[in-house]
Amino acid sequence: MTDPRNSPFMYAIGAFVALFVTVQSLVFMIRAYREGKRLGLSAATMRKAIVGSASFSVVPSIAILLAVLTLSGALGLPLPWIRLSVVGAITYELPAAETAAQAFGASIKSAITDPVVFSAIAWAMSIGCVFAMFLVIFFSKGIQSGIHKAQLKDSVWSGLLISAMFMGLISAFLGSALGGGLVSILTLLSSAATMGVFGLLIKKAKLTSLENFAMPVSMIVGMAAAAVYTSIAGGRTI
Amino acid sequence: MNEATKATTTYDEAIHRNGRAWMAVAIAIILGVPLAISLYLDVWPPLGRLAAALLPTIMVFWPIAIVEVITFTPMLGSGGTYLGFVTGNLSNLKVPAAIAAMQSAGVEPSTKEGEIVSTLAIGASSLVTNAVLLAGVLLMSYLLPVLESPTLKPAFANLLPALFGALGVVFISRNWKLSIAPLALMIGLFVAMPTAPVGILIPAGAIVSIGVARLLYTRHLL
Repeated sequence: MTDPRNSPFMYAIGAFVALFVTVQSLVFMIRAYREGKRLGLSAATMRKAIVGSASFSVVPSIAILLAVLTLSGALGLPLPWIRLSVVGAITYELPAAETAAQAFGASIKSAITDPVVFSAIAWAMSIGCVFAMFLVIFFSKGIQSGIHKAQLKDSVWSGLLISAMFMGLISAFLGSALGGGLVSILTLLSSAATMGVFGLLIKKAKLTSLENFAMPVSMIVGMAAAAVYTSIAGGRTI
Repeated sequence: MNEATKATTTYDEAIHRNGRAWMAVAIAIILGVPLAISLYLDVWPPLGRLAAALLPTIMVFWPIAIVEVITFTPMLGSGGTYLGFVTGNLSNLKVPAAIAAMQSAGVEPSTKEGEIVSTLAIGASSLVTNAVLLAGVLLMSYLLPVLESPTLKPAFANLLPALFGALGVVFISRNWKLSIAPLALMIGLFVAMPTAPVGILIPAGAIVSIGVARLLYTRHLL
């Protein structure tokens, strides 16, 4: 019998899940595009949002692919592909798989060959992640209408409220980068400096054509800097 | 109710109705995957041990899920939320992609225009991730040695600082008065708890940021 982790059956499930996510994305995009046109948003603005987001997403998507490849040693290729295509996140899948494996006396540091452990890991990874989806089904509309009511009451404050929430979120991620060690901090500063230069070129030198590239290029410069800093440190974690 | 307001209400209503339906189908598919594996292999993990396997994950990640739903929903808008929470990879990709797209288009979150731009950005981002994963699955034997090379590994390990460093500059330059309090808090927390999980940092940052913003607003300092 072929390895069940990499069987055609598992690949077929993976293809089905990828197709589902693709169709949902297209349906939502088409609806949003039509509504945008009705609201008076220009086709150029909406195209820019699509192209900008697509180019922005290439590098982080390669990082997600790396997580799939990391997990594939233990779980085969299709299951991590499925899990990171729908709801999954790098930060969640690895610990969820390892915790489940440990409860069955195994570890994802080596290949999971026992079908019982493999299915248990699949159950644990899947059950753990659907909670947020139930929350969205039951509470998302309420949260949105709460924001809408606040906007009607005081539009200046509601704008500031959202900006403040943004700043809280972004500073949290900046804070978590600080906790990642010296390379992480230097990476953050390198990409921030690159973005600062782009900002000056766009605003002061009026090079607005750079807008779509500023974010992905700053990110790549930051990551390249991380590789350089690590090699200077001789591959050690600093 | 005039025609324009009615049409927007219709869009909002339809997004919630369709979004919930897509979400319900996605839950069925997600839970259908392990069910299909168990049926195909004819193996059923013992419930007690499965519960023990799930407990640590639930204790850590379900509170994070609550924080994410409360924080991300107003930023992503209805369509973006329903799509983003199905396609996943929110904090490391979909949320920054939506934020960057709204900033670039000059629209604010929680507005009708912001809702549209956010949904388009998350949809495009999701399509790219799907294409990259599919290409990776098909070309795995060629890609693995390159992506796991000692030179590139630290680059991908530092994706998040690289991403949020650039995004941080954009938002601090736009709202520098709002950024002082949460950034000071993060530096303080870093000194006190250097490895505090992001699940703690997000609500702490949001609460302090909103509290200080309210204070500055009521004193006419913004």
